[in-house]
Amino acid sequence: MRFLMFAAALGVAVLTFAIGSTAGPTAAEVRSLRNADPQVDLTPPDPARQDVHGRFDRAYRLQPPLIPHQIDRYQIDLKANQCLGCHDWSNAAKNGAPTLSMTHYLDRDGRQTDTVAGTRWFCNACHVPQAEAKDLVENTFKPSQSVR
Amino acid sequence: MTESLAPPSVRPGLLRRLWRFVWSPSGSIALGVLVAAGFFVGIVFWGGFHWALEMTNNEQFCISCHEMKDNVYAEYTSSPHFQNHSGVRATCPDCHVPKEWQYKLVRKIQASQELWGHFVTGSIWTREKFVDRRIELASHEWRRMKTTDSRECRNCHAFDSMDFTKQETRAAKQHQLAVDTGKTCIDCHQGIAHRLPQGGRDAYEAMLKTLASETAAAAPAK
Repeated sequence: MRFLMFAAALGVAVLTFAIGSTAGPTAAEVRSLRNADPQVDLTPPDPARQDVHGRFDRAYRLQPPLIPHQIDRYQIDLKANQCLGCHDWSNAAKNGAPTLSMTHYLDRDGRQTDTVAGTRWFCNACHVPQAEAKDLVENTFKPSQSVR
Repeated sequence: MTESLAPPSVRPGLLRRLWRFVWSPSGSIALGVLVAAGFFVGIVFWGGFHWALEMTNNEQFCISCHEMKDNVYAEYTSSPHFQNHSGVRATCPDCHVPKEWQYKLVRKIQASQELWGHFVTGSIWTREKFVDRRIELASHEWRRMKTTDSRECRNCHAFDSMDFTKQETRAAKQHQLAVDTGKTCIDCHQGIAHRLPQGGRDAYEAMLKTLASETAAAAPAK
């Protein structure tokens, strides 16, 4: 008798498991208490502060590329250049940063140098952080491509 | 001359009498009174010790020397640790003197060498002298922070309390990398409150090498 009861209990348990695993309720059948659709989009939201929205295109071919991040705390002076901490050819890969153009490793006599040329030291003489900003004055500039 | 000629029974000098008074057992004061008086005098002395320690552990004291005021303090006033959007300020000792008592005391004792430099040798008395020695002085601080896992930074900036999603995309990425690879604040953040000297990065790498060779030399001995 005891064996029969055990066998029956086992049978019920196995059956419940089989039903549960094969015919579980699908997402469409699940209803919340207030009948809201639980099929919500599960892609994570953007970080609260997204400073890099991709790089801006150059307005003309020879434009120095814009900087897609803030630079206001970086020291660029006679003693140090903190941009090179990521962008120098020797550091770029490990920091996932674009390398300086190789033209920046030519001194004024055209010789190749291993360190950035003195004439190219002050990055922000040409490169500026990109910003979605209105023109301060009316500007009719058109890149060469569009007037061709 | 008169002392040597005097007979041995003559009254000893003031210092000697004071010394004997302090070191002979009290004949008339109760032990309880002595203990109680010692307790209160102890409070005054211990409190006074800490008061003096704190008096020499604030920005006003630091910049009472022109070496600090004209060089490092002047640079610090344009850094975010001096002024920022939230109005929290980190003053000199917040970064340069440990908060924990045992480390603080060690650092304060080491700082007596700075008094020697100020009053006796004048090692960074002029701007030129300071600029010449700057890389060495900076290396000392970098080394201190590297060996303590940037303890003073972490009094305020802890990885545990950082919300990477609220940081700049680049910063969040680098901080995650720092957690994963066991880096410490000073490994990347040098020259945040003071200007970097020439060849700063190379000096930092050299400091790391010295540190590694020292640990390697110390390891087999243990």
